[in-house]
Amino acid sequence: MSRGFIIRRVGLFLIVVWAAASVNFFIPRLATGRDPIREKLGLLAASGGLRQEGVEAMVKAYQAKFGLDKPLHTQYLNFLLNSARLDLGYSLANYPARVGRMIANAMPWTMGLLLVATIIGFSLGTLMGALAVWARAPALFRHLVFPLMTLSAIPPYLLGLVVIYTLGLQLNIFPLSGGYSPGTFPGFRLDFILEVIHHSTLPALAIVLQAVGFWALGMRGMMVSTVGEDYIALAEANGLRSKTIFFRYAVRNAFLPQYTALGLSMAFAVSGQVVVEVVFAYPGMGTLLFRAIQASDYTVINGVVLITIMAIGLVTMVMDFTYPLLDPRISHQRLD
Amino acid sequence: MGGPATDMRQKLLEIRGLEVEFQTRRGIARAVNCIDLTLYAGERFGLVGESGSGKTTMILALLRMIREPGRISGGQVLLDGVDLLKLSDEEMRKTRLAGLAMVPQGAMNSLNPVMRVGDQIRLSMSEHGQRRPAEAGRIEELLQMVGLRPQVAELYPHELSGGMKQRACIAIAISLRPRLILADEPTSALDVVVQRHIMQTLRSLGESMDATVLLVGHDMGLMAQFTQRMGIMYGGKLVEVGTVEEIFSSPKHPYTQLLIASIPSFKSRGEFKGIPGVALSLLNPPTGCLFHPRCPQALDECASVDPSLKELDGHHTACLLYGREGTHAATPA
Ligand code: SF4
Repeated sequence: MSRGFIIRRVGLFLIVVWAAASVNFFIPRLATGRDPIREKLGLLAASGGLRQEGVEAMVKAYQAKFGLDKPLHTQYLNFLLNSARLDLGYSLANYPARVGRMIANAMPWTMGLLLVATIIGFSLGTLMGALAVWARAPALFRHLVFPLMTLSAIPPYLLGLVVIYTLGLQLNIFPLSGGYSPGTFPGFRLDFILEVIHHSTLPALAIVLQAVGFWALGMRGMMVSTVGEDYIALAEANGLRSKTIFFRYAVRNAFLPQYTALGLSMAFAVSGQVVVEVVFAYPGMGTLLFRAIQASDYTVINGVVLITIMAIGLVTMVMDFTYPLLDPRISHQRLD
Repeated sequence: MGGPATDMRQKLLEIRGLEVEFQTRRGIARAVNCIDLTLYAGERFGLVGESGSGKTTMILALLRMIREPGRISGGQVLLDGVDLLKLSDEEMRKTRLAGLAMVPQGAMNSLNPVMRVGDQIRLSMSEHGQRRPAEAGRIEELLQMVGLRPQVAELYPHELSGGMKQRACIAIAISLRPRLILADEPTSALDVVVQRHIMQTLRSLGESMDATVLLVGHDMGLMAQFTQRMGIMYGGKLVEVGTVEEIFSSPKHPYTQLLIASIPSFKSRGEFKGIPGVALSLLNPPTGCLFHPRCPQALDECASVDPSLKELDGHHTACLLYGREGTHAATPA
């Protein structure tokens, strides 16, 4: 891999983030009709019995505070500058909470849940999909394909409702919702960590169940064509051990497309599984985004989307850098 | 058998009544049908036949690599007196490469694309229990034996040409000094010049290691240049076995005669005579001699009597034109 390639690839990453961030800036502002500040104040006015004349002045004041009174191009420049500094501004709906702070609070929950669930689902699914095709594997794996196929077709939030009902309500083994029990204080203590794991088991299960099916199907498809390759037959004719052929010849080659898909899936994990998190009232990015959309909280939406885009851009860049290590046929020499 | 020279030689591979069946929805297809064949140490033997004649299936049967729905339904395969069909799976695995090695058909995709050539050779050896001694220069030596530079060990398959890939496959095949090398149309995907070089490499390796080479193919010209003895297959049966001179100068079986006649020669340039008639269906084989529906010399009894391979002056053929007993010859070819 040459230095030129790395520089160009990083440049591409920056352009992608810039373009996506810009689209993300303009789209909500083009959708006219809703004004989050006015709505919020109207709500306060209704409940607090504020007089209407004052509201107009307050809207002006807040708009000045958030910079919404400035012309669009000035707003855009400020937005870009602030984004570059990862300064995502104040939440419109939860002023004076800062968007960066809110995301920083939600991120560990989502990362913990989704990355772990994604990796477990990926590993199990990939292995099961590979074994489903391997003639020497127990027949069980061939039969597992059909239930897995069914699971992969059910969205995780529906699976979430099923596991809430069975394991949570009926058997009462796991808590139904939340990230931890109310009344406990977050901290790096064993009891709190166990508490968190206990709470994330059900949402994780919902995601893993669906992911296992998804990854197993993908891997199975690739394995079917890989085991038909000449190099598998020659490896057997050369008297290699079945285990060696399975892992170093078949799985190793069938794995390549899975790796790309894994990268994207990890990147999307950063933005949270909105519906699953909402179903489980899980305090992650998905819930944050959901609430922000409900409240037209543009700054928070912008922040979450920007972080997601950056994560996707970053992961695809890492993928591009690491893929040649996995597949020697992909070389960046030719791109230079 | 094939003359005093081969009589003196040690028998390496004895195939006795080998049968391979494929269970299909429309019935059983016998792809290899009661084959008897003996190969001698150090000889080069060519097995010829149209596609579907069972030659590739027979090679796979020797390696015990027949997949479902196929199975070896009978016979013996004695390599140095050991019946391969009686070995355990693990014993058979160890015999592959060490006892009999395979040079694949079109090597375009026969190497693992994500592993360096040297590592693939090393892996093949280490999986057969050869670890330390193999490391010390053996891989470079093997590459040189097949005419590749030692640096090729560091390359990935996609960095090699077709001919180089095939040489790398040969390097793996000879890494454990097998007694028998099976080469299934080893040059089918290569151009003529590379084809010649590969065949010369195989020949000189076979000679220097005193290995027997069983070459499978349909190219009679290539067979004539490379092999010493030949067998002709039709419909899963061996219909004629003899030295190259015998087969070319006085083919006995009508099918062999048609094959020889179909080779475009300098005299009848460009005039490629195909073999008339419809290719045989193994699912619904004709009674009697399998070739009789296409045979220009068929006799009345050919439709009912199945000829077996019989000796005729050291040259074997399965045809009713040369004697009518339906029994096996006393000495298998
Ligand atoms: S046995 Fe009869 S049909 Fe068969 S090849 Fe000989 S002559 Fe032809």
